[in-house]
Amino acid sequence: MDSSAILTELPRLRRYARAMVGDRAAADDLVQDTLERAWLRFAQWCPGSDLRAWLFSIMHNLRVDQLRRPGLNTLPMGDEDFEVPTRATQSDRLEVNDLEAALARLPEDQRVVLLLVALEEMSYEEIADVLGIPAGTVMSRLSRGRERLRLILEGRPPSANLRVVR
Amino acid sequence: MSKLPITEADLHAYVDAQLPENRRAEVVDYLAAYPEEAERLQAYRMQKDALRELFDPVLDEVLPAPLRLRGAVDPQKRPILERWSLQRIAAGVAIALLGGVAGWFGHGQYQAVDRMAQLTPLPRQAAVAHVVYSPDVKRPVEVTADQEDQLVKWLSKRLGTPVSPPQLGALGYELIGGRLLPGNSGPVAQFMYHDSSGQRLTLYVTTENAANRDTGFRFAKEGPVNVFYWIDGKFGYALSAGIDKGELARVATAVYDQLEHK
Repeated sequence: MDSSAILTELPRLRRYARAMVGDRAAADDLVQDTLERAWLRFAQWCPGSDLRAWLFSIMHNLRVDQLRRPGLNTLPMGDEDFEVPTRATQSDRLEVNDLEAALARLPEDQRVVLLLVALEEMSYEEIADVLGIPAGTVMSRLSRGRERLRLILEGRPPSANLRVVR
Repeated sequence: MSKLPITEADLHAYVDAQLPENRRAEVVDYLAAYPEEAERLQAYRMQKDALRELFDPVLDEVLPAPLRLRGAVDPQKRPILERWSLQRIAAGVAIALLGGVAGWFGHGQYQAVDRMAQLTPLPRQAAVAHVVYSPDVKRPVEVTADQEDQLVKWLSKRLGTPVSPPQLGALGYELIGGRLLPGNSGPVAQFMYHDSSGQRLTLYVTTENAANRDTGFRFAKEGPVNVFYWIDGKFGYALSAGIDKGELARVATAVYDQLEHK
């Protein structure tokens, strides 16, 4: 039993959580919950299977629970409610603050897929496993997420309403 | 040679280097013919790079004492753990880990827990109850341990569900007794223990968790009082004492264990 392997995944879990949740404290809270659940369920992990995928799926499930939990107010808001600062000059280098703000404006479903691809470099099949969704859904979320992010960053926000967590 | 049409999925797989080599060449041809598509894919590639640039620094953030934690969970280094069931290891490790993790995440993290998850700040309630009653020399409890049966019956009745004090004698803590307290929306129970030096420890038990969301162990510090707390179904438990975190973690493990195997 090489349970210390869980801890070696900690930095990656934190990176992903930070990108997904945005807020540092809330992200670390999610990582902490993930670790706790992982320890408690370590017996259920099949040795030899992908530990990282298992941990990410635990985190994903916790996050889904978290978003479903009452008390977290989500308000539908139109894009006109946001003024995301964009620079006057187009540049081929993305502004970090813009990116973070733009990322926060993606629907969570799309953001998650985008992050697993970009940060974790998971294959589409792995992502489907982690999220418990069909591979086709992974592709459509990836496609919509990337396009939406591109439009936001180019200052052409997509028109559909977003849900914003307050 | 017949070519399948290039799909959106192919284009993403190309960006993510998940496309078979033969198909790759076809996408390259396609992009040469449709420069605006090439531009779009280039934007996607830049998104990936920018995301890594933005979030990779998190990987290098200092995690205090990861080696110490690893030592604590490696069964080869801790042969005594081998006798334990896996669940015991898990519970113990969760506490040992959180002991360290709590320090690492710091106070901001605890506030976030409070803000996000707890309509009722359980650790705070428990800590206040601890500092109010535990220094009381004459009347620290309402019903003393020599009437434990009565205490259990009374508190179970008032809370509307069976509650009983864990036995912590093996850890050097003896039950003094318990009392009923007002919680946020109804009665809560407090059990008090002491060790041979007179050090007091309280276990605060609520049944007010309507959200029914289990948590693992969490640690909070309220002034001089350290609190380990967790939520199990409708029950919230908080163990408070003015003793150091490690010692408290040891007791919390035992409490958790007894409640789990009740």
